[in-house]
Order: sequence, then C-alpha cells, then structure tokens
Amino acid sequence: MNSVARILLARTAAAAIVLIGVSMLIFTIARVIPGDPARIALGPLATAEQVEALRTARHLDESLPVQYGYFVRDVFHGNLGTSFYTNRPVTTDIAQFLPASLELIFAAGFLMVVLGIPLGIVSAHFRGGGVDHVGRLLALLSVCTPAFVWGVILQLVFAYFWPIFPLEGQISATAVLPPRATGFITIDALLAGNWSVFVDALYHLALPALALAMAGIGQTARLTRANMVDTYDRPFVEMARAYGFPPLAIATRFAFRPAFIPTLTILGLDFAALLGNAFLVEKVFVWPGISRYGVEVIIRKDLDAIVGTVLIIAAAFLIMNIIVDLLVVLINPRIRLAEKRT
Amino acid sequence: MSAATGTARRTWYVFRSNPLTILGLAIVTLVVFLSIFADFITPFPEHVGPIGDFGSMSAPPGGQYLFGTDTLGRDLLTRIAYAYRLALVMAVVVLIISVPVGVTVGLIAGYVGGWVDYALMRITDIFLSIPPLVLAMSIMGFLEPTLINGMLAVTVMWWPWYARLIYNVTRSEAREGYVLAAEIVGASTFHILFREILPNCWPSILTKMTIDIGFVILIASSLSFLGLGVQPPTPDLGSMVADGAKYMPDAWWLTVFPAIAILLVVLGFNLVGDGLREAFEADA
Repeated sequence: MNSVARILLARTAAAAIVLIGVSMLIFTIARVIPGDPARIALGPLATAEQVEALRTARHLDESLPVQYGYFVRDVFHGNLGTSFYTNRPVTTDIAQFLPASLELIFAAGFLMVVLGIPLGIVSAHFRGGGVDHVGRLLALLSVCTPAFVWGVILQLVFAYFWPIFPLEGQISATAVLPPRATGFITIDALLAGNWSVFVDALYHLALPALALAMAGIGQTARLTRANMVDTYDRPFVEMARAYGFPPLAIATRFAFRPAFIPTLTILGLDFAALLGNAFLVEKVFVWPGISRYGVEVIIRKDLDAIVGTVLIIAAAFLIMNIIVDLLVVLINPRIRLAEKRT
Repeated sequence: MSAATGTARRTWYVFRSNPLTILGLAIVTLVVFLSIFADFITPFPEHVGPIGDFGSMSAPPGGQYLFGTDTLGRDLLTRIAYAYRLALVMAVVVLIISVPVGVTVGLIAGYVGGWVDYALMRITDIFLSIPPLVLAMSIMGFLEPTLINGMLAVTVMWWPWYARLIYNVTRSEAREGYVLAAEIVGASTFHILFREILPNCWPSILTKMTIDIGFVILIASSLSFLGLGVQPPTPDLGSMVADGAKYMPDAWWLTVFPAIAILLVVLGFNLVGDGLREAFEADA
C-alpha cells in the first residue's frame, strides 16, 4: 500500500474515533441538562398524556446509553432524528440550510489564501521595512476583530455610505433562481448557464465572504511571513541569491515553497474558526444558511436538531483536515506519518 | 545584584523596548482602569440599569455624551465601561478555571505517555474538533443565558487549548536531563510534573493567558451578539453591537463605539502577550 493511501486510512480512522467521541459528548450534554424537551416542543397547553406519548415515541424515558444506542442505529440508517422546531427530518433541514453556509465558507477560504498569502510574501520580502510593519499591524488588527464587527463595518462602509454592494441576503429578490443542483447558488447558476444570476450571487457573496475571511487573511499573512522569514535565512536561499535569481523568483519559488507547508497545516485547523464565525456573519448579512436554524434550535432545546447540526459541523471540520493533510503529503513527499505525529 | 533580579531586569528591558508592547500596555491599563473605577469616573453610572431617559434618546456623540446615547437615552461611554468590567471578570474567571485543568491534562499526557497519552489527547481532540463558538453555543442553549452559565460554556471549550500547548512542551521537556535526574533519585511522578516540568511551562502559560484574556472577551461578545450570552439590561459589548446594527446607518455610534471597544481590548492583550513572548524568548 502506498504511503498516501496509508496516511489517508490512518487519518480517517482517527477522525472516526473523534467523531464518535463528539457524538457521545454532544448527546450527553443534550440529555443531562435540565428542561423537558418534550414539554418545550409541545408547549404549555399540551396535556400530560401528550407529553408522555412524545417522550415514549422519542425514547426520552429510557436510560442514556439506551437512548444513545437508538441514536447510533438511526445514524447508520442515515437518520439524524426529527426536529421539534420544523417537524422535518434533521437531515432534510441540514441539506436545505448547509449549502448556503458552505458556499460562504469556501468563498472565505478562497479569499484567505489569495489575499493572505501574497500579503505575507510581500511582508516577508520587505521584512523590517515600513511595508512590513504596516502589514503586520493590519494583520494583527484583523485577527483581533470579531467577524461580526467586520460584518457591520463592511456593511456600514460599502452598503450604506458608499452603496456599491447589496446590504444583505444571498440573491436579489427579483432574480429567478436556477434549478437546485448543488445548493450553491453560484455553481447552480453556472450549471444552468445563467450569467446574470451568477454575477448577482457573487455580488451578494462579496461582503459576507470578506467579513468572514478577514481574521483568516491576517492569520495567513502572519504565518506565511513568519515561516518565510525563517526560510530566508537558510543556505539554499543564499545560494539562489548568489546565482543571481531575481528577488521575485527567490520570494515565490525558494522562500515560499517550504514555508507553505506549515502554513497549510494551521489553515486546516483554522477551518473550525470559519465554521463557527459563519454563524456571526450570517446573522449580520441575513444569509440563509445554517446559522439562523442553529440558533433557533438551540433556543428551543430541539435535541435531535442540535446533535445533528453539531455532528455535521464537526464532520465537515474533520474531512477538511484530512484533505489538508493529504495536500501536505502531496506537496511534500518526505512527510511520513511517523514524523507528523510528533 | 542577584542572578534572578538580573534576569528579571533583562526580561523587563526587552518587554518595554518594543513600542507596540507599550501601546498594548497603555490600552490594557486604560481598560482595567475604566472597569475598576467605573462607579466614579463614568458620567452616568445609573445608566447601567434598565432605565430610560427619553429626553435624550439616540443623541449623537458630543456634548455631555462623549460617545452618544442609545435608543433608551443611556450614555454609551458609561455602558461600555461597565461592559468592560463584566468582560474582564468573565475572562479572568474562565481562565482561572480552565487553565489548571488543561495544564494538568497536558502534563500528565505528555509525561506519562502510552495509552494515558492516547486517551487524554483523543478526548482533547474531540473538544477541539467542534468549532469553539459552536460548542459554547450548544452548551449555552441548554442553560439559562446568565453570566455564570456563559462562563461555564466558555470554560468547557477553553481548557483543550492549554492541554495541547502544555502537552507539546512537556513532550520535549520530558527528555531533558533534569527530568532524568529527578527520576533517578526516585522523585514521585507528582513531584516531577508539578515541581520539575511545570516551572518550565510558565512562560508559555503566562503568554497564552495574557493573549487569551482578549480572545475570551471576543468569544463571549460573539455569544451575546447571537443572543446567547448575557441578557439585557446588563451592558455587554456583543449585544450592544447587535442592537445597534438595527439602527444603522443613522445611529452609527450605537454600533461603531462598542465594536471599537471590543477590538481595542483584544488588540491590547494581544500586543502585551506578544511582548511577553519576545521577552521570555530573549531570556531563554
């Protein structure tokens, strides 16, 4: 078995263990905390019999391990339970709301890489100079500002005072939506060959994606800079300089490549922050993603929906990190599993 | 002059020679001063409560209201000062509870090794693989949104980061000669963990704690921005931004000043933390 397949297997196994742990953790939190979910779901007017019937139907009267057993059985049938709030299967709810969130998150991840890395390269190239100081301060500022603050600031500047972007929403109210294939409006529009909707969707995506990406852009720039400054001191960079390679080639080819790998690993971990912060940005821009659903089911103590949502989010994070690990291996074939564990 | 004071003096010298650190120190001092003496220096201490002054609703900044007033006519500066007090208390309590837990887990996992290591670090991974905000939100959802429960929710998500950090430090320290020496003379595991290895972790812990005061405030304000944190009328930076956003752009000060207040305090503790790290590293 080649090493890439072996790493993929080991990572997937570790992720599966963690995911089982996450399910136990969130399941336990959801059950041990006071408040009768059946009573909350049915409201104060329901009779004791009705509440009791719902408790029996949902196995809420059983012991915790038995309840977890039912839960695991259902998960293997692709069933995450039924939401008390929407009265639909949790999987249906998540399938409806998650794509919009993922679209936002992927757009933000894209901005993080295409803006953060060049910023870091420029900062490292002019290290110690004025550009570097300004760049570092800006990067620090972006890391220290919560995503929702970026959201309202961008809204205030680019939607109110200088209205070049729409204030909120995912698409103009007048737009005719393309047939839903992926749930990503931009991709669906492209698949349908509908340019005007595609442009309109991008237009709506710009501010929320930037607000979500800001902290990551700063973080990426800081990491890229720090790792590149380290490689600039290495002999092979000296050598490249001695051979007379132009500074741009030295920066992008010699100093950046080795610095990219540690940066990439951290960026994979940062994906968790994007997933979490999406909740804040979605609230600011009234984005029809998982945020409103998540907050709503949390406030209503909607057990199955909360467990399902957290589980899906954790799974997304773990899958993303497996992808990042694979990318690292593909970029740097020297990396072996044993080296990575320490 | 003894060696110890010499080291301290050098650390202090490196610490204060970075202008950004001094800026951070100034911000932190200002925030701490505001929150301790809020009762005496804010212009309208009574505006903390659920009162309204309908003669001066949504007054723009200027005059007797430096930052303007909110939709109930309450002075924004006063409310920000009290929100700082709450945020600082919360951050300190969260760290005082979560840091010892995380550090202990990290020390044990890193030193003992074997299946204890594997079990403890997988448990840590479980907490780390739920986005912090999502974990805190879910815990918050099952509890009543009070200050105490908010602290609890953030504490539960905070310790794993210290477990990770101290685990890595311990793994490298455990191979050092002084640990081996202690083992040879038959020191107990407890002694080795807390008397030998822990003192070498202090620089990492202190640096991270300083930076984290800012980040706990950031997470707490994020929770209350979503309506899952401290409830009105208690002044809170996150809910002030959320409320103010409804009145943009006309009453921009309702959003802008609390927003700046958050980023200022996070920035301040970050700069001081960075300065501490530089000072400790120069020392090592």
